[in-house]
Amino acid sequence: MYKTTKGLTKSTVREISGYKSESKWMLEKRLAAYTIFKQKKMPRWGGDLSPINFDQITYYLKATSTKGRTWKEVPTKIRDTFDKLGIPESEKRWLAGVGAQYESESVYHELKQEWRDLGIIFEDTDTALKKYPDIFLKYFGTVVPATDNKFAALNTAVWSGGTFIYVPKGVQMTIPLQNYFRINAKGMGQFERTLIIADEGSSVSYIEGCTAPVYSTDSLHAAVVEIIALKNARVRYTTIQNWSNNIYNLVTKRAVAHAGATVEWIDGNLGSKLTMKYPSVYLIGKNSSADILSLAIAAKGQHQDAGAKVVHLASDTSSVITSKSISGNGGRTSYRGLVEVSSRAQRVHSRVKCDALLLDEHSRSDTYPTIRVKNQTASVEHEAAVSKISEEQLFYAESRGLDAETANTMIVNGFIEPIVKELPMEYAVELNRLISMQMEGSVG
Amino acid sequence: MSKAGLEINNLTVETEGKIIVKGLSLNIAPGSIHTLMGPNGCGKSTLCLALTGHPHYTITGGNVVLNGKSLLAQNATERALSGLMLAWQHPISLPGIKISPFLRQVVNAHRVARHENPYSVSEFIQHLRRLMQQLDMKTTFAQRSVNDGLSGGEKKRLEMLMALLIEPKVLILDEIDSGLDIDAIKIVAQQLKLLAKAGTGILIITHYHRLLDYIKPDRVHVILEGQIVREGGNELALELERTSYEAISHV
Repeated sequence: MYKTTKGLTKSTVREISGYKSESKWMLEKRLAAYTIFKQKKMPRWGGDLSPINFDQITYYLKATSTKGRTWKEVPTKIRDTFDKLGIPESEKRWLAGVGAQYESESVYHELKQEWRDLGIIFEDTDTALKKYPDIFLKYFGTVVPATDNKFAALNTAVWSGGTFIYVPKGVQMTIPLQNYFRINAKGMGQFERTLIIADEGSSVSYIEGCTAPVYSTDSLHAAVVEIIALKNARVRYTTIQNWSNNIYNLVTKRAVAHAGATVEWIDGNLGSKLTMKYPSVYLIGKNSSADILSLAIAAKGQHQDAGAKVVHLASDTSSVITSKSISGNGGRTSYRGLVEVSSRAQRVHSRVKCDALLLDEHSRSDTYPTIRVKNQTASVEHEAAVSKISEEQLFYAESRGLDAETANTMIVNGFIEPIVKELPMEYAVELNRLISMQMEGSVG
Repeated sequence: MSKAGLEINNLTVETEGKIIVKGLSLNIAPGSIHTLMGPNGCGKSTLCLALTGHPHYTITGGNVVLNGKSLLAQNATERALSGLMLAWQHPISLPGIKISPFLRQVVNAHRVARHENPYSVSEFIQHLRRLMQQLDMKTTFAQRSVNDGLSGGEKKRLEMLMALLIEPKVLILDEIDSGLDIDAIKIVAQQLKLLAKAGTGILIITHYHRLLDYIKPDRVHVILEGQIVREGGNELALELERTSYEAISHV
C-alpha cells in the first residue's frame, strides 16, 4: 500500500505525479491546476460544502501494486469486493470490457479481444497517458478546463485512475463498456478522470457504477468526465451512483457534440451525502443533439443537487432533458438546470421536463431552472411538476390485495420507469431493489 | 349463526359529513347473482367504496360480514385478501406500472393469503394468457401500463381480467358495462356466469338492462337515497326498463 500524507500542498501534487512517473507536461498541468484550486472560492450555491476539510483528506491511496488483466491477478480481498458487486459475472454475460478502480488506482482493466481488434482503446486513464500520449494531450482538459470550477481544478491537480476510451472512425460498439469505482478507505478522496473520444461516425455506450461502505468519516469524490463526440458520433454515458451516505459527490461531467453527433447522459443518483452534478452537453456542430435523463433519490440525511446543462451553439440542434426526483424520509432533491441558446444558433429545439415526487412532509424538492435564449427562432419548453403519491392510486392497489408498502414501492417504481427502461436490465433490477430498500419503513 | 357469502346488515355510510347510505341490508350467497339498480347519486358507488375500505367513507352503523367474519376492523388490503373484490367504475391509472408484473404481484398476494404456492413467472404468464384469451384480449395488452392511456372499454376488460385472476368470494361490479360494446358485454356476462358457477357471489351495479339480457340475476334490488326500496326477481329489472325509479319505489 502507498499513500500520501493527509492534506494537499504543492509537494503532494509533485509526489503523486512523481510516483506515477509522469511526463513534465502532466506535472505542469497539475501544478497550474493546484494554483487555480487554491485561488478559487468554494461554491456558495447548491449544497452545504462547509463540512469538507481539505486538510483531512488523503488525496492518493494505492491499495495494491498489481493491476490485473484477469481477475485472478487481483488481490483476493479486493477481488471479493468486486465479486460481491457482481462485476466479473456481468463482464462475462453482457459487457464488452470492464474496468475496476479501488481507491485511487485501477486494479483491473480488460477489453474483449474482438473489440480490441477493431482498434478500440479502453484503458485506465494513467495507462492511456503513457501509451497514447498523442490522443491524450490533444483532448485532455479541453472540455473541462481546470479553470472551470474549484473541484475541476482539484481533480486536474490530483487526478488518478478513471477511464479512457477511444473509438475509431465508423466503429459501432453494440455492447457497453463499464467501469466500477469503489472507495473503501476512510477519509479518502477519489479523483478519477475520464476521457471518452468517439471518432467520426462511431458509437459507444459506457456505464459507470460507484459504491462505498459506510464509515463515520466523510469522503470526497470529485471526478471529471470529458466526452468528445466527433462528427455523427453517438455516445451514451450511464451512471448509477450509489455512494454511501458519507460521501461528498462533486463531479463535473461535460460533453461536446460536433455536427450530427448525439450525446446521451443517463445519470442516476441514489447515494452520497451531497451530490452536486449537472451533466452538460455543448452542441457545437449543426444538427447535433443531447438527451439527458436525470434521476435523483434522496433519503434521510441526503441532498441530491442534480440536473443538466445544454448549451446550443450551432443551428438545428436539439435537446431533451428529463428529470425525475424522489425525496423521502426528510431527504432533499434539487433540480438545477441550464438551457442556453446562442444568438447564432438558428432553429433550436429544447424541451425540459422535471417531475418531483415527495413521499412525506419532512422531505423537500426545489427546482432552479435557468433559460437563456438569444435567438428568436428557438423553441424552448420547460415543464415542472411536484406530486405526492396519490391516495387514490394507493387505495386502488391496496383494494386489489397489495399491502401499503408494496403499493407505495410499486408506484414509486412506476414514477421512474421512463428512466429505468433506458438502463441495462441488470441495473434496472438493482435499482428497483434499492428503491424498495429505501422505501422500507417509510410507510406509516 | 352466520352464513357463507357477504352479509350487509343495516349499514350506514358517511362521507364529508353527509349520510349517504342509510341502513342498507343485502345478502349475497356464494354463487348467487344480484343486481343493484338505482339513479345517479343514490349511494351505489359510496356503498362499493365503503365496503372495500376507502378511507374517505366511514361506516357509522351496521355490520359487514364475509364468510362469518366482520370486515369492519380490516383495512383495504385485508378485505381484498379475505375475498372481497370491487371492479371499479373508474379504475385508477398507475403510470409506469406494467399490467403483467402488477397482476402477478396481485394474484400471488392472494395465493399466499390462501396458503397456496405463488406462481412462478412462467406459470403466471401461461395462466394469464389463458384468461386473456377467454376475454378476447391481445397478449400485447399485458405490456401496457395499468389503466394508463387505456380506453374506457379496455379498463373494464382489465377489471374483469383481475376478477378472473383473483377468483374472489364476492365480486361487486360497479357499472362494468359502461364503455363496453355489445360483444364485450356478452363475453363479460359469460365469464361472470362461470365465476358464479365456481362459487363467487356477484353483485352487479348497473343503470342499463343490456348486461342483464345475457345474465339473469337471481335477485334485483332497487336503491333510492341510500336505502333498498324494492326487491324482486329479474322481472323487476324489466319493469324498471319501462318505468322510472321514482314510480317503482312508490308501488
